[in-house]
Amino acid sequence: MKAFILAIGLALSTQTFAQTGISENWNGIVEEAKGQIVYFNAWGGESRTNNYIRWAAEQVEDLYGIKLVHVKLSDTSEAVSRVIAEQQAGNTTKGAVDLIWINGENFATLKRAGLLHGPWVGKLPNFPLTDPENNPEMTTDFTVPVEGYEAPWSKAQVVFYYDKSLTENPPTSMSELLKWAKTNPGEFSYPKPPQFLGTTFLKQALLELSDNRDALYKPVEEANFEEVTAPLWSFLDALHPYLWRSGRTFPDNGPALRRMMADGVLSLAFSFNPNEAASAIANSELPPTVRTYVLNGGTIGNVSFLAIPFNASHKAGAMVVANFLMSPEAQAHKQNPENWGSITVLAMDKLSSEDRARFDALPIPVGGVATQGLQQVVGELHPSWIEALERAWQERYMAH
Amino acid sequence: MLRYISWLIIAVLILPIAGGMILIIPPAFGYLPLLGGDAISLEPWQRLWHTPGISRSIGVSFGTGLATTALALIVVFAFLATFSPTRFDRWVNRLMSPLLSVPHAAAAFGFAFLIAPSGLLLRGFSPWLTGFERPPDIMVVNDPFGLSLIAGLAIKEIPFLLLVSLAALPQLNAQQKVMLARSLGYHPRIAWLKVVAPGLYRLVRLPVYAVLAFATSTVDVAMILGPNLPSTLSVQVVQWFNDPDLSYRFLAAAGALLQLLVTGMTLVTWWALELTVARLFHAWIRRGGRRGGDRLIRVTGRSGMVMAISLSGLGLLALFVNSVAGFWRFPSSWPANFTLSHWLAALPTIERPLVTTLVVAGLAASIAMLLVLAALEQEQRQNKPATRALCLLYLPLLIPQVGFLSGITVLSEMAGYGPSLLVVVWGHLLFVLPYIYLTLSESYRQLDPRWAWIARSLGSSQAGIFWRIRVPLLLRPMLMAFALGVAISASQYLPTQLLGGGRIVTITTEAVALSSGGDRRLIGVWGLVQAMVPLLGFLFAMLIPKLLWRRRKGMQRA
Repeated sequence: MKAFILAIGLALSTQTFAQTGISENWNGIVEEAKGQIVYFNAWGGESRTNNYIRWAAEQVEDLYGIKLVHVKLSDTSEAVSRVIAEQQAGNTTKGAVDLIWINGENFATLKRAGLLHGPWVGKLPNFPLTDPENNPEMTTDFTVPVEGYEAPWSKAQVVFYYDKSLTENPPTSMSELLKWAKTNPGEFSYPKPPQFLGTTFLKQALLELSDNRDALYKPVEEANFEEVTAPLWSFLDALHPYLWRSGRTFPDNGPALRRMMADGVLSLAFSFNPNEAASAIANSELPPTVRTYVLNGGTIGNVSFLAIPFNASHKAGAMVVANFLMSPEAQAHKQNPENWGSITVLAMDKLSSEDRARFDALPIPVGGVATQGLQQVVGELHPSWIEALERAWQERYMAH
Repeated sequence: MLRYISWLIIAVLILPIAGGMILIIPPAFGYLPLLGGDAISLEPWQRLWHTPGISRSIGVSFGTGLATTALALIVVFAFLATFSPTRFDRWVNRLMSPLLSVPHAAAAFGFAFLIAPSGLLLRGFSPWLTGFERPPDIMVVNDPFGLSLIAGLAIKEIPFLLLVSLAALPQLNAQQKVMLARSLGYHPRIAWLKVVAPGLYRLVRLPVYAVLAFATSTVDVAMILGPNLPSTLSVQVVQWFNDPDLSYRFLAAAGALLQLLVTGMTLVTWWALELTVARLFHAWIRRGGRRGGDRLIRVTGRSGMVMAISLSGLGLLALFVNSVAGFWRFPSSWPANFTLSHWLAALPTIERPLVTTLVVAGLAASIAMLLVLAALEQEQRQNKPATRALCLLYLPLLIPQVGFLSGITVLSEMAGYGPSLLVVVWGHLLFVLPYIYLTLSESYRQLDPRWAWIARSLGSSQAGIFWRIRVPLLLRPMLMAFALGVAISASQYLPTQLLGGGRIVTITTEAVALSSGGDRRLIGVWGLVQAMVPLLGFLFAMLIPKLLWRRRKGMQRA
């Protein structure tokens, strides 16, 4: 009898390959998830992130009997590589990765290569709380339609931060940045593209300087790249001599920028996490004289998501975890700057007054920026621009 | 059983590596249908060729390898020429293992924090001497010629080369040779260089090649200290493998093969240099100079060694101070306040990775030890050197990790072995085994065979000889080799993460993940924790013989 059921199960699972035996109704999924071990592959570079995921693990254990294991990555691509290796070796059902913290290019490539499970996000009871009808950022990732293949988790937006003990009037636009750098040479820099924060700086500058914004939201092949990006390169050519080390070397990433802010090497930097400076102050990593702000014309913002690989071993568990992470309780805990300070994806007007109160009660930390200050969000460019910009940057500024 | 041991080792080690490398060849030529490459082409190579700054990347990798090895070798040999059992030298000797146990990345980080314009050294002299209120905008770390990379690597390789040289020296009768030369009027340092050094070099040649290959292909150290506009080739390859745009995998595969080529080229160049130096050396010996350069050698040896040790030591100190630092800005020499909070926050998360690290390292080192001892014992019993094929053992040390590890991951998946502890242990074995073989084989071979003959004539069996003669007499080098194996295993990142699918969490995977967040205090904490495991290993290796032989005076020196 057992063998028979197993055989049917196998037959079904090979037949409906895209959704290996996962039940359609939510209660069924929760039931199936009980006792599963979910391997959550997420960048593990920061204790605050790690502590938050540990908190979430305790919650899903109590609520759903799921064991959540944080696989700490130093780069999301490690998980991507794993999935590719498994696919290459023909492992289509017993993947080691159950859930990935992902967005942008990584998502676009995995989706294009057919390496993601889905669509599944529509099944999550908490998904409507993000108000997807009115919030296109919940359903598009770097302009790529999500189509239910990843669940929104966190919002991010470019913010600048400066040390007011070292500089008084930080620039509020890219053209001002150039002027500011000339009077404060060596005190600003950006991570070396293709590091994503560095590329983001290029995109942010391009958005402000280019007179053809529309082109940036379509595939790069449709635009006249030279013409659209010309203002960016003349801006960078003018800026580089006034950067840290005169632009002859660039920091590796955002944390390197923060470290140089801590040492007083730089007096101006930027981040994708509006609360980064505030938590670094709380952690006595940055001095209390650091302040965060948003550029006048608005800054690039994006959403990061949770995706399930096509061959994940514990898809039901992964979905339940994703749903929990989207719950008002988990989102409010995450946005609390004392825990992590990462911005919620929930739409406040979709929440009950009780749940909304959780968010209203959150403190605004020293050096942080109020959520209301983050109104002017500019959308991410079409992902094809990333590769084109990175390549053009390297051709121009990499020593030959 | 023993007879096939060499072949067993080769099967365990070499086949997977060969397999892993073969898997990287098709994508390097554009073939990987999964990613849309379904025709063989030279496109990845053309792309590689047109990568901005590629020739510079290659040049820096090449130059760093040669310069680091030459520097480390010169300092070690000059020091050994000056070496005599004075208190200073014994002290140096004792410091080597702890310095060796600091993982490369942590040491590099400490070194970077030491010499950076905002670093500890300059803080010590600012602002009272230098006048700097803010860190000066000068390029010290990440300099375009890789000078800080060379320095950072050399201070890690010096302890390694010194340790293997000290292990090999006893079989050269160095003291008698030097005495003989001195009786002919040679100054002590010159005597050593002329009569001992050539023989010693022959014995440590393989470790030197390993250093050369490592310095050419290192990723983590080059990321921290190396140039970045462009980065070294190895760093570029890893970044291409990590690029979200999957079409970069083709470029990465071609790059990995190129890296292999560059490492090969470095080895060939070194070999050519060997020939030249040998010729010059011969001429120098034949000229018969008794004293010229004696002082220079002493100064080079002593000051080079002191520099290397103090830079490593200060780097460690920098790690420690950071791990207990509150807010600490340039130019303060000390943090404004100290706190244990970074340690306290880390402690609850240390236990599990620590246990895993110990289990994996213990298993890997034990298995490697068994295999190596079996191979060496077989060699003794046969009374002829093991099959030449055993040279292949060193392949994992000479081939850049990125080149074959991703292929091996695919292989282990194909064989139906998902991520598990044992797969990781096996992955570590690839690197632990050669190092254990490297450190143990010379001591094993040099053991006076007459002990065995005597035991034999007293009717002892082969097994009896092994257990009652060789093991006790070789206990110290065996334990040292074991400790080194533990250290090597504990420091592996890529094999652990790739083969363990991220599920096998060790101190090193944890440390590397956290260091990507760039918090210096956390890097300090985890760097020190990371150094602790190997350090404990070396400590036991030194203490156990002392305890065991405390009542046996004759064994104290064994």
